[in-house]
Amino acid sequence: MLFKTRNFDDAPVVLEAKGLTVSLPDTKGDPKVLKSINVTIRASETVCLVGESGSGKSVTSLAIMGLLPEALKVSSGTIHLQGSDLLPLTQAQMRELRAARVAMIFQEPMTALNPVLRVGDQIMEVMELHTSLPAAERRKRALAIMEQVHLPDVPRIFASYPHQLSGGQRQRIMIAMALVLEPVLLIADEPTTALDVTTQKQILALIDELQQDHGTAVLFITHDMGVVAEIADTVYVMKQGEIVESGAVETLLRHPQADYTRALLAAVPSLSPRAARAGADDAVLRVEKLNKVYGGGGILKKLPTAHAAKDVTFTLSRGQTLGIVGESGSGKSTVARCIMRLIDPTSGRILLDDTDIATLTRGGLRPHRQKLQVVFQDPMRSLNPRWTIADSLIEGPLNYGTSRKDALAEAARLMQVVGLPTDALARYPHQFSGGQRQRIAIARAVMMRPDVLVADEAVSALDVSVQAQVLDLLDQLQRDLGIAIVFITHDLRVAAQICDEVLVMQRGAVVEHGPAAQVLAAPAHAYTRALIDAAPGRSWDFHNFQEMRDPSHAEPA
Amino acid sequence: MLGYILRRILAVIPVMLLVAVFVFLLLRLTPGDPAAIIAGDMATPAQLDRIREAMGLNQPLHIQFVTWVGQLLRGDLGVSLISNTPVATMVADRIGPTFSIAILTIIMSVAMAVPMGVLAAWKHRSAADYAVMTFSVLGFSVPVFVIGYIFILIFSLQLGWFPVQGYTPIGSGFGAFLSNAFLPALTLSTIYIALIARMTRANMLEVLGEDYIRTARAKGAPERTVLFRHALKNAAVPILTVIGSGFALLIGGVVVTETVFNIPGIGRLTVDAILARDYPVIQAMILLTSFLYVLVNLLIDLSYSFFDPRIRY
Repeated sequence: MLFKTRNFDDAPVVLEAKGLTVSLPDTKGDPKVLKSINVTIRASETVCLVGESGSGKSVTSLAIMGLLPEALKVSSGTIHLQGSDLLPLTQAQMRELRAARVAMIFQEPMTALNPVLRVGDQIMEVMELHTSLPAAERRKRALAIMEQVHLPDVPRIFASYPHQLSGGQRQRIMIAMALVLEPVLLIADEPTTALDVTTQKQILALIDELQQDHGTAVLFITHDMGVVAEIADTVYVMKQGEIVESGAVETLLRHPQADYTRALLAAVPSLSPRAARAGADDAVLRVEKLNKVYGGGGILKKLPTAHAAKDVTFTLSRGQTLGIVGESGSGKSTVARCIMRLIDPTSGRILLDDTDIATLTRGGLRPHRQKLQVVFQDPMRSLNPRWTIADSLIEGPLNYGTSRKDALAEAARLMQVVGLPTDALARYPHQFSGGQRQRIAIARAVMMRPDVLVADEAVSALDVSVQAQVLDLLDQLQRDLGIAIVFITHDLRVAAQICDEVLVMQRGAVVEHGPAAQVLAAPAHAYTRALIDAAPGRSWDFHNFQEMRDPSHAEPA
Repeated sequence: MLGYILRRILAVIPVMLLVAVFVFLLLRLTPGDPAAIIAGDMATPAQLDRIREAMGLNQPLHIQFVTWVGQLLRGDLGVSLISNTPVATMVADRIGPTFSIAILTIIMSVAMAVPMGVLAAWKHRSAADYAVMTFSVLGFSVPVFVIGYIFILIFSLQLGWFPVQGYTPIGSGFGAFLSNAFLPALTLSTIYIALIARMTRANMLEVLGEDYIRTARAKGAPERTVLFRHALKNAAVPILTVIGSGFALLIGGVVVTETVFNIPGIGRLTVDAILARDYPVIQAMILLTSFLYVLVNLLIDLSYSFFDPRIRY
C-alpha cells in the first residue's frame, strides 16, 4: 500500500478550528453535538474526517460553511480561515466567502444539483454571485473548468439538465462548480459514497489532480476506510462529537492508539473471500435463462428496448449464499425482483423446489410467496412507520393462516434471535436505529420460514460496525435454519465476507460466475478485475493493521 | 413535443363529445315531454305538435343528436325559449364581464398567493407563517357571498373606495373597469388565494429541504435567489395543477359573485336560465364551461414542461 507521506509542517495553515463546540440550545440539557474539537488543515493537504453516522462529521463541515441547521448553534471555539475568525462574520459576509474561498461538494450528486436549471447555468451562477465578470467571460470560464474536470463533449453537457447526465458526470459538475473560483479550502462530504467503485476511483483521482494543480486544502469526510487509505495525508477519527484520534494516515492505520479506531478498522470487511462451504446438492432455487426486457411497447412507434437481464442462469443450494455483484445498472436488482416476482420476467424459468414460478399467475404464486422473502436496502423506509413492530412481523404469518397467538410467540422468539428486547414488539420503527431496523426487517422475513432469502443491498446503508453485526446475524440464521441467500451488493468486501459463490453482472449479462474464492482472488474476466482494482484500499488489511498478503494466495479463513 | 400537443388537442374531442351527449340527453331524458316543458302548461295539442316538428323531436334520437351537433359546430346554439333571441348572441353579450373578472381574479390570486406561500414556507413556524395559514383557513371556510357582503360593507359603504355594485366594460377605461371589478375579483380570489397559498407553502417547504437548496446556499446565493430562482421553479408544477383545477371553483364562484355585485355576466345568465328552465341556454352554458375547463387544464398540462425539463413528451 502506497500511503501519502508528504510533510505539511511548512505549508501555510488554511483552516484551523479550535475548541469548536456545537450544541442544541433549545433541547433539554443543552446536548453537545460537537465537543471542543480541534482540526488544522494546511495548503495542498488532504485531511480525512472519518467516523460512523452521527459522529459529527457533517456538522463540522456545516459549521465551517456557516450552514448549520437552525436548531444547532456554535456555543464556543473559533474557526480561523487563513488567519481570520469566521464565527463573528455576518450572514452577508459568510455568503461572500462561500464558493469563493471555501467550497463544498456533497454526497448525492443525483439531488445536489437543481433539476430545473441547466448545469452550465448552475456553474455560471457561482461567478454571477461572486464576481463582476461579463457574461461571455463567465461562459468561457465555465467551459474551461468543465474541460478541467474531464467532462466529455463539454458544449453539449453545458446545455444539459442534471437528469440527462450520469452520476459521475453530475459529481464532476459539482466539483467544477466548487472549484471554478479557486477556493483555498474544499470540503467534500462523502462525495463518492453514492457512486460505483470505478466512478469513485475516477472522482478521487480528479480531486487529487485538481488539488495538486491549485494547491487547494481538502477536508474530506467519509466513513470508508478504503478511501481514507487511498487519499488521506492526515486522518481525524470522530466518535459522538469528539475527535478520538488523529495523525498521519500510515501511522494511524498501522498503529491505531484509541480502542475506537481499532474497532472501526477491525470492522472493515476483508477483501479476501471466505472459503466455500461444503455445498449440499440440495438445490432449492434454479434460475434458467432468465431474461427481462424493458420498453419496446408504444402504440404509434416502436420504443427502444433495454435488456436489463440477459440469459441469467444459476443454481442455489440450501444453506448457501450466492452473491450477485455489479455496478448500478448492471441488472442485479432486476434479477432479484424477477426471482421475487415483484416484476415479471420476459422469458426463462425460475424453479423454486421444482415448481416454475416464472409464469405463475398472482393467485397461483400465493402459496409460493412464503418460501421467498426479501430484505431491502433502506431499513428507514421498508417498515410501515404507523405499524408497531409486532404488526409488521405477524402480518405475513397471519396471511398464511397462523393464529395470532402463535405468530406473536414466534415474533417474540425471533426478537431475541436478532438481538433485540422482546418489548421492542410494542414499539414503532422510528424508535430504532438503522441497524436495529435492519434486524427487524430480517426478523420479518424469517417469520415466514422462507427457503430463499433475497437481500438486496441489505447492509449498504449501514455503518461498518453495524454492517459486521448484521452479516453475522445472517450467517447465524443461515446455519440454524438452512436458508439459502441471494445477496445483491455492489460492495466486493461484503461479498467476500458472506458469499459462497459470486456472480458478476455487467449491463444485464453475467460475465463471471464461480466460487467466491476463485472469482475474487483470481478473476478471469476483465470487468471483474476492473471492479476489484477500483476497490479503494484493497491492498491494505485493515483488520490486521498491515499490508494485505497477496490476495491470489489467500488462505481460507 | 409538437406531436404531443397535437395528440392532447385531439384528445379534447372525445371529452367534448361525451359532454355533448350528456347535455343532449339532459333535455331528452328529463321526465316529461320536452315539447310540453318548452310550451308550458297552457299549450294546446296543436301547439305541442308544432314545437315537436320545429325541434325535430319526432325523429329518432340519434338523428336528433347528429342534427344538433351539426348545428353546434356551425355556432348555432339554438334560440332562447324565454327571450326568443339566439343563445349565441346572449352568451356573446354576457361573456365579457365574466371573462374580464375571471382573468383579473386569477392574476390577483397568483400575485398574492404565491408570495404569501413562499413567505410562509421560508419563515416556517413564525408569526408570518401562522398568519398565512389562518387566512387560508378563513378563505376556505367563509362562503363567497358572505365575503362579498363583508367587502361591500367595509370598502364600499364604510370607506367609500369602490362602488357597491355594477359593471363598466374595460373598453370604457381601465380605471373605471377596475373600480367596479376590483371588489368582485377580490371576493372571488379569497378561496383561490387560500388554495394556492397553501399549496405553494406545502411545496416550497418540501423543496426547501432538498439537497440542491443546500448547494445553492453553499454557493453563497442570497435568500432571494435561493427562494425564487432555485426553489420556486421546482415547486411550480403542483401549484400550476391547483390553479388549473381551481378553475372549477371559479366557475361556481362567478354565479354567486355576479349576483352579489349585480354584474351582467354569464353566471347570472345561467342562474336565470335554470330558474326559467330555458333549456337551450342551460345546454350552451354547460358546454361552454366544460370546454373552458378542459382548455385551461390542457394549457396547464402543456406548461409543465416549461417549468420542469424532466417532463418531456
